[in-house]
Amino acid sequence: MDTILQGFSSAFKLITALDPELLKIIWLSLQVSAAALLLALILGLPLGALLALKRLPLRGLILSVINTGMGLPPVVVGLFVYLLLSRSGPLGFMELLYTPGAMIIAQLILSFPIVTSLSHTAIVNVNPIIRQAAQVLGANPLQEALTVIREARYGIMTGGIAALGRVTAEVGAVIMVGGNIAGYTRVMTTTIALETDKGNFDLAIALGIILLGLSLMINVAFRTLQKMGRTGSGVILWD
Amino acid sequence: MGLSLELAQISKAYNGQVILRDCSWVFETGLSHVLMGPNGTGKSTLLRICALLEAPDRGRVNYLADGRPLPLDLDLKRRITLLLPGVGVFNTSVFNNVAYGLKIRGINRKEIQAKVDATLEAVGLVEKKRQRALDLSTGQSKRLGLARAMVLEPEVIFLDEPTASIDQANTEIIEDIIMNLKAEKKATIIMVTHDPAQAERLGDRLLLIKDGKLWPG
Repeated sequence: MDTILQGFSSAFKLITALDPELLKIIWLSLQVSAAALLLALILGLPLGALLALKRLPLRGLILSVINTGMGLPPVVVGLFVYLLLSRSGPLGFMELLYTPGAMIIAQLILSFPIVTSLSHTAIVNVNPIIRQAAQVLGANPLQEALTVIREARYGIMTGGIAALGRVTAEVGAVIMVGGNIAGYTRVMTTTIALETDKGNFDLAIALGIILLGLSLMINVAFRTLQKMGRTGSGVILWD
Repeated sequence: MGLSLELAQISKAYNGQVILRDCSWVFETGLSHVLMGPNGTGKSTLLRICALLEAPDRGRVNYLADGRPLPLDLDLKRRITLLLPGVGVFNTSVFNNVAYGLKIRGINRKEIQAKVDATLEAVGLVEKKRQRALDLSTGQSKRLGLARAMVLEPEVIFLDEPTASIDQANTEIIEDIIMNLKAEKKATIIMVTHDPAQAERLGDRLLLIKDGKLWPG
């Protein structure tokens, strides 16, 4: 019990003193997850929209594959990315293994299906009259699609936040492809795992508290956006 | 000479059931035409076909300018519009809803501001322009739909039951707007209604739809 209390006390000291090592780990975690989410949005949102708005061949199959991807075990993703990026792998020449770039790729693979699937659902659920209204007001096909996507903005943002929640809390894949190298690829989750192993609870608890705080913020944002989408309160008015 | 509309032997079926058969008509430019008939007889379908939202199974919709038929392209679609029965209000402000059609046409901001303000004034929604459009009442939403269409100054406007399920006060406002559209903007109006008194008030020409065919009223 003393160890736990002492751990919490030291953790609070680290947080309040804005310990440089702690800040560096948090900053890298946020950078990696933000980059992965941004890429997932760039790739996943257009694909989700395309699947929702166009009658593509094999659409059902593609959606099944993407929905399966939402439940991918992170260690399997870690293994797959490791094999791709290892020296003898097909992308070995890029020398990305044990770099933040490899961690971004792993997190991208985890977040892409979530963004794609939730964007697709959000866009499919937009009332068809919105598309017709755009048509009768003179929209060309691209403007029509953008109008429908804009109407689905809450659902799309919810998808982005759900994906962010998954990647920030993930440890298995990033530890395998990032290597948990101090000052280079060490992020919050991997540090917690390592420091707990070493019996060094101060930093682990401090990061645990911050990670929980971050998860809480992500969840509040998630629920707020869902509520805004349902009730339309506090609407974000596009210009 | 404005845009004129002719239907040539339009036929349409849904799930094997024929809704419209060989409908032909020449709509007189600048007049208001009221289309009446029982529910399910194809009035809305005919309007959607005329507004180029749906294609007929057979026959042709011809738009003519100076007697010459025009291609059914985006340029033409931007000269006509349809007020949908459910309006299809965008989840944004009243102002942005009305500005939508102008923005997608690449009109500059200043002109948009002036046109939208004038149109909102005309439909009595100017005080609501910064409000969320989805918070409007059904009657106000219909007025918003009309404003969204009017601001584009269409040469042909289709109105699918513009006063259905709204109160008397809003109905009167909407009827005034429709009369102004015809008198001031010289638009050709083709509307569907179930109210014979309204048809009498607003229509220069009455059309009946029966057994999938169009008849003069």
